[in-house]
This record gives sequence, structure tokens and C-alpha cells, in this order.
Amino acid sequence: MLSYILKRLAFAIPTLLIVITISFFLMRVAPGGPFDGERQLPPEIEANLEAVYHLDEPLPMQYLRYMNNLVHGDFGPSFKYKDFSVTELIMQGFPVSLEIGGLAIALALLIGLPLGVIAALKRNSAADYFVMSLALGGIAVPNFVIAPIMALVFGVLLGWLPAGGWNGGAWPNLVLPVVALSIQQIAYIARMMRASMIETLGSHFIRTARAKGLNEMQVVMRHALRPAMLPVVSYLGPAIAGIVTGSVVIEQIFGIPGIGRYFVQGALNRDYTLVMGTVVFYGALIVLMNLLVDLLYSVLDPQIRYDD
Amino acid sequence: MLYSSRRGLRRPLLLAALLGLSLSQVQAATLNIGTQGEPASLDTARIGGSVWENDILGDIYEGLVTLDPEGQYVPGVARDWRVSDDGLSWTFHLRDDAKWSDGAPVTAQDFKLAFSRLFMPENGAVYASLFYPIRGAEPITKGEESMDALGIDTPDDHTLVFHLNQPTPYFPTLLAHIAASPVPAHVIKRYGKDWASMEHITTNGAFTPVKWVSQDHLTTVRNDNFHDADSVSLEGVNFYPIENRNSGLTRFRSGELDIVRDFPPARIDALKEQLPGAVHLAPQLANYYFALNQRPGHPTADRRVREALNLAVARDVIARHIMGGTVTASSSFVPDGVAHYDARSMPGMGPDMKARQARARRLLEEAGYGPDKPLTLELRYSTTEANKRIAVALAAMWKPLGVKTQLINAEGRVHYADLAAGKFDVGRASWVADFDDASNFLGILTSDAVKNYGGYHSEAFDTLMEKAATTQDLDARQDVLQQAEQQMLDDYAVLPVYIDTSRNLVKPDIEGFADNALNRHLSRWMHFKNTQ
Repeated sequence: MLSYILKRLAFAIPTLLIVITISFFLMRVAPGGPFDGERQLPPEIEANLEAVYHLDEPLPMQYLRYMNNLVHGDFGPSFKYKDFSVTELIMQGFPVSLEIGGLAIALALLIGLPLGVIAALKRNSAADYFVMSLALGGIAVPNFVIAPIMALVFGVLLGWLPAGGWNGGAWPNLVLPVVALSIQQIAYIARMMRASMIETLGSHFIRTARAKGLNEMQVVMRHALRPAMLPVVSYLGPAIAGIVTGSVVIEQIFGIPGIGRYFVQGALNRDYTLVMGTVVFYGALIVLMNLLVDLLYSVLDPQIRYDD
Repeated sequence: MLYSSRRGLRRPLLLAALLGLSLSQVQAATLNIGTQGEPASLDTARIGGSVWENDILGDIYEGLVTLDPEGQYVPGVARDWRVSDDGLSWTFHLRDDAKWSDGAPVTAQDFKLAFSRLFMPENGAVYASLFYPIRGAEPITKGEESMDALGIDTPDDHTLVFHLNQPTPYFPTLLAHIAASPVPAHVIKRYGKDWASMEHITTNGAFTPVKWVSQDHLTTVRNDNFHDADSVSLEGVNFYPIENRNSGLTRFRSGELDIVRDFPPARIDALKEQLPGAVHLAPQLANYYFALNQRPGHPTADRRVREALNLAVARDVIARHIMGGTVTASSSFVPDGVAHYDARSMPGMGPDMKARQARARRLLEEAGYGPDKPLTLELRYSTTEANKRIAVALAAMWKPLGVKTQLINAEGRVHYADLAAGKFDVGRASWVADFDDASNFLGILTSDAVKNYGGYHSEAFDTLMEKAATTQDLDARQDVLQQAEQQMLDDYAVLPVYIDTSRNLVKPDIEGFADNALNRHLSRWMHFKNTQ
């Protein structure tokens, strides 16, 4: 098991290297530079700025400089948020995104899994149709529609919760963004769980369990649930990585200081170092989550073993 | 930092106990402002050039000249100033009681260091060129001369002398710009580049920052060492960066924000109904225009084409129907409301649209365009909803003339890079004044200006601008600048569309917020009615 984990981690290094290299050069070939904008700078000031950030050096040289800094754990300074280094921005924003995203995923599992199981057990009943219609609605309505409506209803009209802001992570400020972020996940998980549970309930070992005289509750809880969760778990790996790295939509609408917006803003501002920082961070997180998912498989499914 | 934060909290509580006020009333003495973004830096040499930086840096620093609630230039750290007869030397006398937030006196050397840092090439300060009227500033920024060449003297701690390249009658207005704020030489000496970090930052404005969580909020508390601290009513100001204007509106409506510095223009009618007394609209020193490419090979190089395109645009329709009446249709380049200036207007822009269209058609025929050879234009705009609708409207207004307009949109960075490279026929642009003077607008159209996207070149215009730069008498200067504006309007150098309006939401119980053309509002002048 340990050697498997080490092997996987070793493979992650070339993967990340390729991701970093491609991102670095893609970013540089994108039209427009970090200092283009409505305030067109005189050439001498643009040249001064380029010198400050070493953008006046040949591209391969810049690449080597970046990689060298990266190896030393330095993501470089942000071009746009000059009083913060990229590391500081990520370290300041990630705990916030992690908290919101973690809670959203927990909520999604807490609601999505039982809903999926119920729908599967009561297949083609009114309850099934009701749950699946809700799920379809959750998937179909994007969160940039749901979030402002929630802020308006609960923040302005009813006045129950803050319409935005982080406030150091106080719970009233968490409710709306967490719920808004989880709605789509609830829908996905419920649908996935339903399909997987229906399939599992049709397998031979379930028939055996029933033949042994177990009641339906025992069949579902003891035999069907774990294997039925496999597809959900494999979905959760990248989904968690995606959600805990923030959602630009939710963050902008509720004014949450997470790192989601840096992905978009960094790219739009041609903030090269910030883009690279988020890419490296996200890439590493994806690799790690996928590894965790694979390890979790062996816990859920006894047929999967990673021994050499 | 911790000490300051605590102090900021304890004081209002104490005050509450003394005055028998409820906690909510006292908490209201902190102002919550929603800005459109956050500053790139709190170091004046490293700011990014965004308008919202004025809000934050304007509150934490005070320059030699500052602004009153109406946006008028008034003495700040300077007690008074005088200019030499030739207009080339400006002497400023500093107040004796100006202090940094740590109690150290604000000295002439602090200002000299601030300017030196703007011009140091290694700082890459974006506002360096704004102060090129100062002798030596330009060659130092270009790395051609050493800092010794800088024309700033400090005969004593409270006297500052600027030596200029040419008389610049508006020079004091430049000094109210946030980039002209002093820097604490004693703190920089100790901490170097880190001086503006939250641990070390020392400011001389009415407020001083104590906490900054990027993308969340920047908290400032009243600076008790500020020379006019006694008349500052607010205990502190919190700035919340809110890029999404609809979110800003929602958070204002929920009561979380006291002031929001912009709102979606399309919502104006509903807002006036829902938030009576909170909606502030005021003409701003900002224009919205289209650059017309006058380089060889572009159809817009022909003056007749430029005139025709200008004639066919119904500006009032755009202002009324697309911008919801929140802006002022205009064929001038310099906004109305600029100090000591009356804007000129473009010839031929009478109310009779039919006559204008007929003339436009004739002009295009003369220029060689017609059904057999339709005029084809490439119109570029940066991607926003309003820009898109205006671009579509222009194309529709030109269509009756037989003009085929190809609309190309791109995100801001790409758009402005294309404009700077001259890759367009018609290109969306705008300008927000850095200081209140007509030359700040007209200056972007001189032949060598970097923002002269269309490559407009007129000897007469350039000569007039040079003449204005050396004219000291304000009336004579206004006359020359007006001639220059008339020249570029007669040349149809650009296609002006409207003069922008500042859009603010301000809680009705805030006093001291006055609409002004610069759209700059220092929090030191504001207070809540119930805390007065």
C-alpha cells in the first residue's frame, strides 16, 4: 500500500511539471499583457514595470527563473495585488474556500445520498419523481441565478441573514453561500446515487442477501450502500478539489474572500504569477484528491487491493 | 496592529457608556463603503491606477493640497503656497501640526522622498508621468539622469520648492492626486520596501489602516494624530471590495453597506423608487468616446468619413434608452464642469437628424463610397453589456448610410492592446480625469500621446496645446485650450458619445457627502446624523 502511494506521488511530479510548463507558455501567448488597460502607460513606465517583474528577459529565461523560484517554494509577487505575494493570497483565501466548500460538500452528501437512496427504493413512485424533478431543477438552474435570488430574499426582503460579506467566517455569513454552492452538488449526488443503487440492488449478491431472509433495511444498509457509493466517491475526488478551490460566482455574489476568483481574475488581468500559483495549487490538489479516492475504493470495495 | 484594532473597538464602547447611547448607535459611527475593487497597494509608488484607489488612499493620506466635500481644491498639509513670477517655481509652506499616525511630524523631506520614489525606474510607478511637469522627473523615470536632477528643494523641514519645466497653472490640482501623497521617510528608512505592510504602515490622513484581508475588507480607524482629528466624526471606515455591482446593490439594500460607489445604470428607475434619497447621480469629469483610426489605409483617415459617422449618431438616443438617462449625451470631448473651462461642441450636430443623415450620405458619396462600394468598418469594444449595446446602436445608426460595421469584442486587456497597436477602424475608449483641468482630456490627443489611439495628428492642435502649456494667465489659457478643442472637433478627431455620470448609493442619514465632478469623497467630511 505504502509503495503504491509513493509510486503515485512520484508520478505526480512529471504530471505537474507538464501542467506548469503548458500553463506558463499558454499564458504568455495570450494576447494583451498585464500592463495593458484603459490607462495606457507611457513606454518608459511600461518598460520600468516589465523590468521590475523580469518580463523584459527572454521567455526561456523567465521560465527557468520561475521554475527555480517554485522549487524554493516562492510563487512570486502578484502583479495586481502588489502588497501580497501569491503564496499569501492563496494561504489567505484557501482556508475560506475550504470551509465553504467543505461544508457545501458535507451538506450535499447529507442530503443527496439519502435522497438518491429513497428515490431508488421507491422507483417510479411519486417520491421518486419528486426527488428527481428537484434534482433536475438543481442541475438546470445555475448558481449565478440562485445565489442573487437567495441574497435578495433572505438578505434584503426577509432580513434573516447577511446578504454578503465574510465577517471572519461567522455562521450567519456562511449559510447562504454554503447552501447556494451545495444545491447543484445535492442534485448530482442524488441522481448518481439513485442510478447506482438501482444497479446494485439488481446484482446477484443482493439477491443472495434477500434469499437469506434479511429485511430490506438490512439489505440496503449492510450490503448495497457501500458498493453503490463507488461512483459517487469517484465523482467526489475531482468535485471536492473543484469546490474547495472556490467558486468565482459564489465568491463574487456574496463577497467571500476565497481563492476562486483568483482563477478568473488572474487570467483576465494577465497576472501571470497569480495564474501560475493557482494552477500549481489546483493541479496538486487534483492529484492528491484522485489518490485519496483510489485509496478509498479499497475501503469500500474489498475486490480492490493496491498490494504489489 | 492588534493594539490599534483594540483601541478602535474600545473607544466607541467607552463613548457609549459616557453618552448613554445604545451600542448600535455607536457602531453606526463606522462607515462601511463598498468600492469597485481593492487597491493594488497602499504604497503610493506601487498603486495600480484604478479609480477606487482614490477612495482608500484618499482617506489614509493627505497631500499638500486636498479636496473639500464639494471636490474643490483646498490646502491640505500645505498651509499656503506661492508661485514665482515666471511660473516656474512653486513654494509650499507646510503646516506645523501635520503628523504621521505614529506622532512623528510630516516634513518636506517626506514629500520629496514620495516624489523621488515615483520617479525611480525600479519602482515602475504608473503615475510618474502625471508629474512630468517637475524638472528632471521625465529623464529620471526614463533612467537617463540620476535623482540629483530632480527639481525639488527642501530648504527646511516645512518648506518645499518645486522647479518646473514650464509654467503649469494647474500644478496645485496635481498635488491633490493620491500619488502626490507624502511617505513616512522615518518608517521607510527602518523597514524598506515593507513599510506599507499592515505591521508597519504609517499614514498622515484622517484614517489609518489596521487590518486588510484581501478581497474581503480593509479596516481603518481614525488617526488621532491627524491635524484636524477633532472635527472627524467617524470612528473608522471599512472598505469592502465588491466587483459585482448587483451584489453591492443587494448589500446596500440589506443595510450592510452605507455607501456603494457604483450601481448598474439599468436599475436606475427601480432604485429611485425603492431607495428614495439614497440615489446620487452627478455629472463626472469622464467621457465615453470612440477613437477613429486616422492612420493610412483606414477609411476613417478621411475627414469626410469621420464627419459622416459623427453626424449619423443620435447621442441622445444612446444616453436615454441604452444608459437609462444616467449620462449626458455630448459631442464635446472635454466634459462640462471642468474648472475654468466651457466645453466646445462639434460642428453640424443640430437636432434635425434627417438633415444630418442627408449630409452624412453626401459626404460618404464624395469620399467614394456608395452601393457599389459600401464603407466597411471594424468596430472594436471591450466586453461589457453597455458597450455591446452602444456598439450595436452605432452600427444600426450607420446602416442607413450603407455602412457595414463588423463588431469585434474582446476582454479589456486585449481590447486596449489592440487599440494601442492601431488594429481597428473605430474603437471604444474613455477617459476619467486625473485632475480637474481641460488639458488632462485634450492632452491625450496630441501627436505623441500614448492614448492617442487613432493617431490623430494636427500641427495646429499640437501648437495650441504647447501654447496652453506655457500660458500662465488662466483666461488666456482657457481661450487657447478652447481653440484646441474646437480644432480637434472640427477635424472630427474622435466620435464623442456621452459625458459620464457618477452613480453612488448613500444612506440618507449620512451628511457631508456632496456630489462633485471629480466623484471623490473624503470620509473625514462625513458623519451620521444620529451621532452628531
